Amino acid sequence: MNEWPLYEVFVRGKRGLNHVHVGSLHAADDEMALRNARDLYTRRNEGVSIWVVKASDITASSPDEKDPFFAPSADKVYRHPTFYDIPDNVPHM
Amino acid sequence: MSFDNAYEALADAHDDSRWAFGTGFEDPLSGVDTTVPSGMDGADLSAYCLMLGDDALVFSHRLQQWITRAPELEDEVAIANIGLDLLGQARLLLARAGKADGSGRSEDSYAYFRPEHEFRNVRLAELERGDFGQLIAVLLVFSTWRLALLQALRDSADPVLAAIADKGVKEVTYHRDYAAQWAVRLGDGTAYSHERMQAGLDGIWPYVGELFTPHEIERRVGVDPSTLRAEFDDVLAQVCSAATLSVPDVEPRVGVSGRMGRDGVHTEAMGYLLAELQSVARAHPEATW
Repeated sequence: MNEWPLYEVFVRGKRGLNHVHVGSLHAADDEMALRNARDLYTRRNEGVSIWVVKASDITASSPDEKDPFFAPSADKVYRHPTFYDIPDNVPHM
Repeated sequence: MSFDNAYEALADAHDDSRWAFGTGFEDPLSGVDTTVPSGMDGADLSAYCLMLGDDALVFSHRLQQWITRAPELEDEVAIANIGLDLLGQARLLLARAGKADGSGRSEDSYAYFRPEHEFRNVRLAELERGDFGQLIAVLLVFSTWRLALLQALRDSADPVLAAIADKGVKEVTYHRDYAAQWAVRLGDGTAYSHERMQAGLDGIWPYVGELFTPHEIERRVGVDPSTLRAEFDDVLAQVCSAATLSVPDVEPRVGVSGRMGRDGVHTEAMGYLLAELQSVARAHPEATW
C-alpha cells in the first residue's frame, strides 16, 4: 500500500506571535492535511492558526554543512543586542 | 519569550484532570442556574434532555469502538475527538435532565444504571459498527440532523438547553464537515470506494425516517424534528451530488407497533452496547479510585 505523503505542521498559539513547528502527519492532500492537523495538534486548545506544508517541499540545510553554515557566527557576541535595557512596554523582544 | 517545548508555548490551559467512571468528576452544571422556566413542565424537559443526551452518549460509544480500528492514525484521532465532543454534550444534557425533574439524579446514574428500555436515543445512534463507509454514512446523517436540531434549539425557552445547544453547534458543524469530506472522497474516488460508500448509505437509510418522526415530548418542549427535514434533505442532496452518490430511496424501518428509540424500543445491537458501556460501573457500583 502506498503511504500518504508526509506533511509538517505549524501552529500559531494564542500567546504566540509566530507559527511554531509542532510535528508531522500523513494526509492524502493539502485539504486533508489541514483537517488532520486540527484533529492531531489543536485538541488541547493550543492554536488559532495552522499551516501545513508537504515535507518534500521543504529545503533543509544539511548536517554536513553545519560548520561552514553556523560556526562563523559563534564568536561574534557583538551581534547580540544585549548591551542595553529593553523598556518594559516592549514585550516581544 | 522562550519555551523549551512548543506545546508549553501553545497550550494556554493546563488541565490535568482525567475523567473516567469513579474519578469523582464535578457536576458539569455546577454554578449554573437550573431553575425550570415557568410554563415548562420539568418532567417533560427532563425527558427531552434524556433523548438528546442519549443520542450523544450512545453514538459516542459507537465512535469509541473505532479506536485502534480506523484506517489511518490521523482518522482514529479525528473519530475519537468527535466521540469526545458528543460525550461532553451527553454529560451536560444528562445533568440537565437530573436537575429539571428535581430528582437530582447524576449523569453517571443515568448513563450506567438505566436499563435498555429507559434509553431514549434514536436507533441510528446504536447501529452495529460496520465498515468505514458505513461510519461515514452514519456520521453524515447523524451530524446533519443534529446540527439542524441544535441550531433550532438555541431558541429554546430553557436558557440552559439553549446554551448547551449553542456550544454543540460549533462542535457538530465540524463533525458534519469531516463526514462530508470523506463522503465526497470515497463516493467520488475509485469504483470500489464508491460502491462501499453507497452501500454504507443504503444500509443505514431505513433508520433516517425515525429522526424526523416527532415524539409528543419533542412537540411539547423541544424542537419538532419534522420541521428539520427540508434542511436535511437539502444538505444530503448537495453532498451526494458532489460525491456522485445517490440518495437512497428505501422504506423506513418501522418500530414495534410504531414504537421506536424515543419510546425506549431499540434494536438488538443496543443490549450488547449497554453491556459494554455499563459493565464496570455495575460490577463496582460507587467505586472511586
